[in-house]
Amino acid sequence: MNGSDAAGSRDTRGCTAASDRLLAETVRAEAARIVATLTASFGSLDLAEEAVAEAIEEAVRAWRRTGIPRHPGAWITQAARRNALDRVRREARYREKLGLLARSLPDVVDEPTGGAGDRDDRLPLLFGCCHPAIAPEARVALTLRAVCGLTTAQIARASLVPETTVAQRIVRAKRRIAATGIPLRVPEGRDRVERLDLVLTVVSVMYSEAHLAAGGGAEADRDLADDALWLARIIAEALPSEAEAHGLLALLLLHRARETARSDGGELVLLDRQDRSRWDRAMLDEGHRELERAARLRRPGRWQLHAAIAACHTDTAAAEETDWLQVLTLYDLLLAHDRSPIVRLNRAVALAQVEGPCVGLAEADTLGDELGRYHLWHAVRARLLRELGRDDDAVGADRRAWELTSNDAERRLIEARLGAPRFRS
Amino acid sequence: MKYVIMFTSTPELDAAVPPERAQEVYERVYAWFQQHGEHIEDSGAELQPVETATTVRHGADGPVVVDGPFTEAREAVGGFSIIDVPDLDAALAMARSWPMLDLPGTSVEVRPIVTDYSQFEQ
Repeated sequence: MNGSDAAGSRDTRGCTAASDRLLAETVRAEAARIVATLTASFGSLDLAEEAVAEAIEEAVRAWRRTGIPRHPGAWITQAARRNALDRVRREARYREKLGLLARSLPDVVDEPTGGAGDRDDRLPLLFGCCHPAIAPEARVALTLRAVCGLTTAQIARASLVPETTVAQRIVRAKRRIAATGIPLRVPEGRDRVERLDLVLTVVSVMYSEAHLAAGGGAEADRDLADDALWLARIIAEALPSEAEAHGLLALLLLHRARETARSDGGELVLLDRQDRSRWDRAMLDEGHRELERAARLRRPGRWQLHAAIAACHTDTAAAEETDWLQVLTLYDLLLAHDRSPIVRLNRAVALAQVEGPCVGLAEADTLGDELGRYHLWHAVRARLLRELGRDDDAVGADRRAWELTSNDAERRLIEARLGAPRFRS
Repeated sequence: MKYVIMFTSTPELDAAVPPERAQEVYERVYAWFQQHGEHIEDSGAELQPVETATTVRHGADGPVVVDGPFTEAREAVGGFSIIDVPDLDAALAMARSWPMLDLPGTSVEVRPIVTDYSQFEQ
């Protein structure tokens, strides 16, 4: 059940106008392959990517009226190739190369879905976009555009970054790819594990950005969490022997499955209060299957551990039954791969459940230098302080958390805890 | 593609390296040049210590000569080579295997060199 299924459900083809969601999924299923093909023919990712982005905008406008054509990939490829040739023609210094190019261009492929057994041709593009020589924030933007086929405006709205900033990041990243000779290739051997981790990190950041935006008051027409999940699936399918690829897919599935229960009438519901019957069973099962596939490969890593922790939280019928000792043990293992302050904060929460709020608070307090400006650090402290009966300190910590979050739903949650409209400044 | 790779280190940390350790790393540097011979277009040069640097700097009334390197950074360029490899990944793989990187305070900067001058024409 990858993106090409979306293109396969073409019952809206013909006279019916297509929904924007279906359009987006169709575009996403095709974009990366076309960018990869045109990059190979024209020798420039920049040119190919611009031409495809333009073609996608044309396609969306046309298909909204006419419905999705029988071969959407061929439609976009043709439009993109025409745009690319236009661009080449406009640039005088490419004139002598033009004759050569026009002859070497491949014929339009009717069915652009990958041939059976072939490694997914979208992967080299993805690894190029997530190269360590590109600035981390630009990796996300470039991946969304070149691999997922989002427009700059969609990326801006979905990630709450100004459109000009997004555009600038993409332009710089593409220039850097050309100027520094970054190859579009899946690395082999020892490098691959390291580079795959960068790719998986980009996908995970994409997923988190979706949650930053949710409740931020922005009207995004695109849920980045969907794109992240789609990418995680493609990676796990294309690199079946990479345990961490399955680990990240498992993690995102186990999170996504709880999405519907995370909010109730626009209000945020924390994990321990969620109505577990609203969780997506099929998605949870798929998440568990992916985690088992990863485990069979016997190559542990941080994404698998994150997923295993998420699985602990979804395995029980009620929050009170959570096996916190197991969660704590997994966090201890995770520390060997990831000593980030966020991981240590989450471990402190588990520690508090196992050894009591006093021990948990002491652990959380060691992170003040690093997390002093992170609202959830204050929120965790508030909760532990309250459990210890230190109500005044708890109110102070919650007040700080309230000041530091910009997410409206989170603010309302803290206000409800404090029962205090006085926090509205 | 052609790249210049610049080998930098931190002189005050270099001074703390025991001579026999420095000698051992240096031998591996020779081996490194042999091993990558086919990709090294110009082995470049190893530079005298940064204390020997003299800088000519822009001045409102004409160039000014200053004793010392062009930057106050703790790190200093100690040498450079020109390599010719298929792409950045190949250049980075070479840079990663630079033996001096075993010593603290060292780094290797990889920069593509301009080969297409058409952008400066017109």
